[in-house]
Amino acid sequence: MILVFCELKDGQLRKPSAEALSEGRRLADASGKQLGALFAGASCAGSAEAAKFGADAILTAEGPTLASYSSDAYAAVIADAVKAKGATVLLAAATAVGKDVAPRAAARLAAGYASDVTGLSMVDGKLQALRPVYAGKAFATTSFASAVQVATTRPNVFPVAEKAGAGTAETLAAPAGDFKSVVKEILAKAGGKVDLSEANVIVSGGRGMKDGANFKILEELADAIGGVVGASRAAVDAGWGLPHSMQVGQTGKVVSPTLYIACGISGAIQHVAGMSGSKFIVAINKDPEAPIFKLANYGIVGDLFEVVPELTKAAKALGIGSN
Amino acid sequence: MKILVALKQVPDTESRIKVAADGRSLDPADVKWITSPYDEYALEEAIRIKEGKGAEVVALSVGSDAAKDVLKNALALGADSAVLLKGDGQGDAYQVAQMIAAYAKDKGFDLILCGNKGLGGDNAAMGPMLAELLGVAQANVVVKLELGDGTFKAEREIEVGSEIVEGALPAVITAQKGLNEPRYASLKGIMAAKKKTIEELEAAPATAGAQVSVLALPPERPAGRRMEGEPAAQALALLQALKDEAKVF
Ligand SMILES: Cc1cc2nc3c(=O)[nH]c(=O)nc-3n(C[C@H](O)[C@H](O)[C@H](O)COP(=O)(O)OP(=O)(O)OC[C@H]3O[C@@H](n4cnc5c(N)ncnc54)[C@H](O)[C@@H]3O)c2cc1C
Ligand SMILES: Cc1cc2nc3c(=O)[nH]c(=O)nc-3n(C[C@H](O)[C@H](O)[C@H](O)COP(=O)(O)OP(=O)(O)OC[C@H]3O[C@@H](n4cnc5c(N)ncnc54)[C@H](O)[C@@H]3O)c2cc1C
Repeated sequence: MILVFCELKDGQLRKPSAEALSEGRRLADASGKQLGALFAGASCAGSAEAAKFGADAILTAEGPTLASYSSDAYAAVIADAVKAKGATVLLAAATAVGKDVAPRAAARLAAGYASDVTGLSMVDGKLQALRPVYAGKAFATTSFASAVQVATTRPNVFPVAEKAGAGTAETLAAPAGDFKSVVKEILAKAGGKVDLSEANVIVSGGRGMKDGANFKILEELADAIGGVVGASRAAVDAGWGLPHSMQVGQTGKVVSPTLYIACGISGAIQHVAGMSGSKFIVAINKDPEAPIFKLANYGIVGDLFEVVPELTKAAKALGIGSN
Repeated sequence: MKILVALKQVPDTESRIKVAADGRSLDPADVKWITSPYDEYALEEAIRIKEGKGAEVVALSVGSDAAKDVLKNALALGADSAVLLKGDGQGDAYQVAQMIAAYAKDKGFDLILCGNKGLGGDNAAMGPMLAELLGVAQANVVVKLELGDGTFKAEREIEVGSEIVEGALPAVITAQKGLNEPRYASLKGIMAAKKKTIEELEAAPATAGAQVSVLALPPERPAGRRMEGEPAAQALALLQALKDEAKVF
């Protein structure tokens, strides 16, 4: 079996989990395996949705002890499920929880682990993963020696594919409690409406924005085209009041949107490390020699304070984002 | 209180990446090696705890002789002692975790600090794997850490904002940018470090779970297109291209 650890938010399957499930289904078909979806929490209401993405079995570990996320408890639940089902491949989305729990579960299973992968395949019955390394300057193919193989899938990279599965429900025991660590509180930060790593369109601003207040024009463009606003480290560190959760790059978020619009960003390698996986890159910069243009599918050499408002206007005129 | 800090030697991001003749590893020629930046936050946090409430800080790296540079630097910054676990070959995070776990298991560390990911390899795996192998608590991608009596409270970065994790010591904490502002080594520290020796141990045998089978350079991006004309014309041309060619909208 290929087992996918899934996350729910407000009773709905998270999109990165739907992507991991879709990829799991594809791998299961390619290798003649069953696909299982695993959920854990105080309530797993909404888990039935996994059948839409091809889950043959839906496993739920439900109970009050799992109400708050605990790394060790969740890792134990996942590893136990892998063993109980004799699964050989374990996938999770590379979300905050997925990246926290998957390596711990892997160690519990004496398994190799590939993190934040952008490609997966089955070779001779074993998982093989492709992942960007060295700030996106190289790609590593990871092969596994272990009996169980674990990987987390980078959000926004694997397409969501609906395919009906049997979705046979099965319940697992929740652990008794007394965990080594547990999440006590979630602090939402201003500016973090939608997670950048899940956004389809990102409008990012750099030092060329000159001031935090000027990010308003990026917000307006983002609103017009259905995007989210990000920033370079120079902008985040400038004391303009932008939270670190907006930062794209090596020491910020790694994003893979369909469209990334870089405004007043030079394209330093540490910034590129976070966004070179974008499908289409647009650069708006007054310096025709800025390195960002080497990456850009489309470029505009010009003053962003003139160009960005024109883009917002044009988006409205063309009716983009209104459908 | 006893603190272990795991430090990894990594290629500087600015380094040109060339694939070695074996087709699966990095050609070390022209590579500039540095301490992984996240590990610097981990070390700084350990030194601050030492300065605050008192602690013994042990710096550790798994690697070849070259990794001694990282340890010398850690000693200069304030680590009390340094350990190099020597082994050959390029293992994966699971292998490194087993080696560090074998070393740390009976030494009574209250806290193990790591980077949240090793620059370049980016697996973000060693810390949580080590926590599991030692059977202790973990908190990853931590931007704020408070220690109580046998307990910890950590703020860790999540998708939109952060969350507070509480747990029992011993624990593995992995550092993120924002945890602190790492200091530079002082001349006094550098001189003092010269008198300290790096303990060299053979790493315990461990099996790898995964390995890099091919390392390749990414495909070139196709040459881009520049939009000409006045800002309004450029804006319109861009959105039309995104709509009709790229089919983004
Ligand atoms: C260890 C390490 C980690 C790092 N991590 C990150 C990271 O995660 N993310 C990150 O972004 N950086 C990171 N950096 C920093 C990185 O090296 C660059 O310094 C940073 O990305 C520069 O940001 P910028 O492009 O906004 O600023 P600059 O490089 O100063 O570029 C500003 C650009 O704006 C253009 N501009 C100015 N005015 C206008 C205008 N009116 N109209 C149009 N264009 C204009 C200029 O031509 C210029 O190209 C890291 C650095 C180090 C050493
Ligand atoms: C015997 C041996 C020697 C090796 N020597 C080297 C080497 O000299 N240079 C090199 O670049 N790679 C070396 N490796 C490979 C490398 O350490 C592993 O591949 C690595 O742990 C996974 O890479 P990562 O950066 O993605 O780890 P991540 O899981 O992202 O690392 C997270 C954190 O774990 C800690 N950590 C990770 N690796 C080490 C380590 N080797 N020593 C101490 N702390 C660590 C750091 O605190 C790091 O921030 C060696 C592996 C083995 C088994």
